[in-house]
Amino acid sequence: MQRSDYLIRKVLFGLITLAVVVGFNFALFRILPGDPVKAIARSPRLTQEAREKLRVEFGLDKPVFLDLERLKTGDVIGAFDTQFTAYINALLHGNLGISFRSRRAVSEVLAERVWRTVVLVAAAETLSLVLGIALGLVAAWRRGTRADMGILLYALFSWGLPTFFLGIILLVLAQGLLPVGGMVTPGLKPQDGWVYWIDVAKHLILPTLTMAIIYTSSYILIMRSSVMGVLSEDYILTAKAKGMSTFRILRSEALKNAMLPMVTIVALNLAYTVGGAIQVETVFSWPGIGRLMYEAVTMRDYPVLQGTFLLLAVAVIVANLAADILYSVLDPRVKAS
Amino acid sequence: MSLLEVRNLSIDYLREDGTALHAVEEVGFTLEESRSLGLVGESGCGKTTAIQGILRLLPAQGRIVSGEVLYRGTDLFSLSEEEMRKYRWKHLSIVFQGSMNALNPVRQVGSQIADAIKMHEPANNGRQVEARVHHLLDLVGITPQRSRHYPHQYSGGMRQRAMIAMALACSPDILIADEPTTALDVMIQAQILDLLQKLQKELALSIILVTHDLGVVAEMCDDVLVMYGGRTAEYASVDTIFNNAQHPYTLRLLQAFPDVANPSSKLASIPGYPPPLDAMPRGCRFEPRCHRKRAICAEQIPALEAIQPGHYVACPFREDN
Amino acid sequence: MQQLKEIGHTFLRRPMGIVGLIMLLVVIFVALFAPWLAPYDPNEKIDVEPGDLLAPPDSEHLLGRDDAGKDVLSLLIYGARVSLTVGFVASFMSMVIGTTVGLVAGYRGGRIDNISMRLVDFLLVIPSLPLMLVLISMWGRGLWKIILVIGLLGWTISARLVRSQVLSIKERRYILRARAIGASHTRITTRHVLPQVVPLVLAEAVLAVSGAIIAESSLSFLGLGDPTLVSWGMMLNFAFERAISRRAWWFLLPPGFAIVWVSVGLILIGSTLEEIVNPSLKTHHLFDPRQMMARFVGIAPKEPAPEVSTRVETEGAD
Repeated sequence: MQRSDYLIRKVLFGLITLAVVVGFNFALFRILPGDPVKAIARSPRLTQEAREKLRVEFGLDKPVFLDLERLKTGDVIGAFDTQFTAYINALLHGNLGISFRSRRAVSEVLAERVWRTVVLVAAAETLSLVLGIALGLVAAWRRGTRADMGILLYALFSWGLPTFFLGIILLVLAQGLLPVGGMVTPGLKPQDGWVYWIDVAKHLILPTLTMAIIYTSSYILIMRSSVMGVLSEDYILTAKAKGMSTFRILRSEALKNAMLPMVTIVALNLAYTVGGAIQVETVFSWPGIGRLMYEAVTMRDYPVLQGTFLLLAVAVIVANLAADILYSVLDPRVKAS
Repeated sequence: MSLLEVRNLSIDYLREDGTALHAVEEVGFTLEESRSLGLVGESGCGKTTAIQGILRLLPAQGRIVSGEVLYRGTDLFSLSEEEMRKYRWKHLSIVFQGSMNALNPVRQVGSQIADAIKMHEPANNGRQVEARVHHLLDLVGITPQRSRHYPHQYSGGMRQRAMIAMALACSPDILIADEPTTALDVMIQAQILDLLQKLQKELALSIILVTHDLGVVAEMCDDVLVMYGGRTAEYASVDTIFNNAQHPYTLRLLQAFPDVANPSSKLASIPGYPPPLDAMPRGCRFEPRCHRKRAICAEQIPALEAIQPGHYVACPFREDN
Repeated sequence: MQQLKEIGHTFLRRPMGIVGLIMLLVVIFVALFAPWLAPYDPNEKIDVEPGDLLAPPDSEHLLGRDDAGKDVLSLLIYGARVSLTVGFVASFMSMVIGTTVGLVAGYRGGRIDNISMRLVDFLLVIPSLPLMLVLISMWGRGLWKIILVIGLLGWTISARLVRSQVLSIKERRYILRARAIGASHTRITTRHVLPQVVPLVLAEAVLAVSGAIIAESSLSFLGLGDPTLVSWGMMLNFAFERAISRRAWWFLLPPGFAIVWVSVGLILIGSTLEEIVNPSLKTHHLFDPRQMMARFVGIAPKEPAPEVSTRVETEGAD
């Protein structure tokens, strides 16, 4: 198929998905029963001024989607002066509302904490990928042997382990050996240089390990079946006939072919990985946006909840798009005309 | 000393319950330099298994039970796997039945050919390897620029030709071609055969051609080995086979083959089906379908006799008797 | 039905599957007979003294007591009911929705197929736990709300699976024949396609149950469980907040192990079923080449039982 066609379709789909997510986000918080924005008006935590500011900002005095009154009078532009448009407008300006709890801009809170989650997820995904690919390869090549059985058993078992519980177990086991909470030992600051960063890294070990143990299993299973498929193809027999050693065949013929599907799988998995990040950050008090979401749930801080969800959804959508583009570059069968 | 001498080759397939199916039994032949041998038989007669066995490329359930494969005197079956690898491609190479996936779809065709060269003749530098690849592609009639293309960009016939080019990368003495023209249309078939003949002359190549098509054999081969039910039915030069065939199966095969000189003659098909591996007859494999059978045929496996120098038949009730 | 019996027979010959089945049956038994098995009733009001809170295990409380003085073992036993209920009902919902969508999309093709698959792609891309968090937060806590949320978000996998199965069946001869003689689409779908699809769906359903149980426990752990019920996830929520510093392992670990027990049991059953219904490739080209040279390895294969030669009618002798 033509690569340009493929890409255009994927980008289009990504944009539509984004649009739907934004719309869904809006609907969720305005239309569902227990509409929290209306609750703002009654929230005792905000001052009268703040409440008025919010009302105006989110246009709570205006209709939700479309102003039919104004439409009837021919005022088409005015008809779009609604909560929804205000919402989109605010979004485009990076305005995600104000946290009920901290009274700071949601976008500010997110910006502050997002990189911590990025570091955690990046570390965990990298470790999972490397282990998953290696173990999946071994399991497929040594199919039926004890190595394969062992690896499979591990993968199946960790599939049934809730991420948060594994975190709890590791936390209990590592008491005294590794830091089990927070991001840094209190007192250290970034200005302290190396010491600070090493301390952060130490705090990163347990949460990363927890996620890696869980997510490696899905990569193992996928890589294993991918490699088994590849190793039964005719071109492997051709490679054997050419006199290539098993190691060489695995390296030059099998690996690249088997790893191709992984590109899109990593992106798809991200939708589950962020869920794991929420759990792990909660257990280990890692101050990223996962823990932020947990706190927002506990405190009923709806703007933060809404903003975090939007951010996570957008991130995963964009990541998937990037993966699709990358895949089209890597697989020569998806070519430009 | 012959270029290649196969003696008493027997190959089994193991089933899941551990019982053995005899796919090839006591097959042998000799191949000299610049000669070509046609290995003929219906589907399932064991010819593909036999040549896979020669190169020790059987599938996982395959077992080489006995035999010797003497390449210039060295028994390939006595080598370790590492030693065997050095012989593969460099001295004996193979072109598989043209399939979509015989070439790796995500690698450039040229680099796959270059692989073979780099592996067996590492002394060459990058430029020499590239020059060789281009030369090989040219030899089989593919424009050298296409070495950068991927297999899906080649037509079926081109892929087959690329496979042949790859098989010749290390200038082997013996090229084994397994049904090289099946699954290709007639025009391309002719092209491939012409190519093989040309290459044989130019490169002094010995070819083992596995096929079920007698027409191909008539055109290309010097000697013919007819297989049935895993065993040799008849083994002789091509002239002898076409003019003086003795085994009932060979005769029936020839009768099933349209004769240009006598277009009105009726085509005779052989009734029945080849024996399945798990239900082999106890005696002669062809007995159930044979038009010359006697009672003893079902009891005893007929021995392969040399009725004349270079003409072997496995049937006591052959034409001449 | 015949097919299901066959699958059952094959299943019983797989040790892993049997282990999983036993693990699951234990939990089902516990859940069903909870009122008789549990030494105490978790809903009963009890008088507690400060020393009872997070009390370690003793002869009266085999697993100690929780942060409110209740017997952990009884909580654990009753917790099985919540997990299994959510697990089975939510995944049943997902399977029904997914199978229907997959059947229709695969069989009809065209626009319906396109839209359905876009919908599936869309749902797959949205992060699931954050979405569930948001939905439950907004909507309110409660058992049925959790079941609905998990059920309504989990149908995508089975939809895809069923659809690809239907696509491969659609072009088979017996379907074409049925169409040629004028069978209606409903008839074809229910009588010919569905039976082929059911075994696969069954295997997937078992795996989905474990997924649903884990999803519920995650939601409960994060504080969104049904406050009127005891669930293992909720026990972990309380334990995590209050038991860790006091090193009350008896409260912290058993609920988690219970979740793992039932999930792993289900996964063993599910993957065994999957292997039976959809066996993976038997072998590939990169096996140990030494096994090929039988005589060197000294293997003497058994001879098959002597066969009677097949007699085929031949034409008259020449």
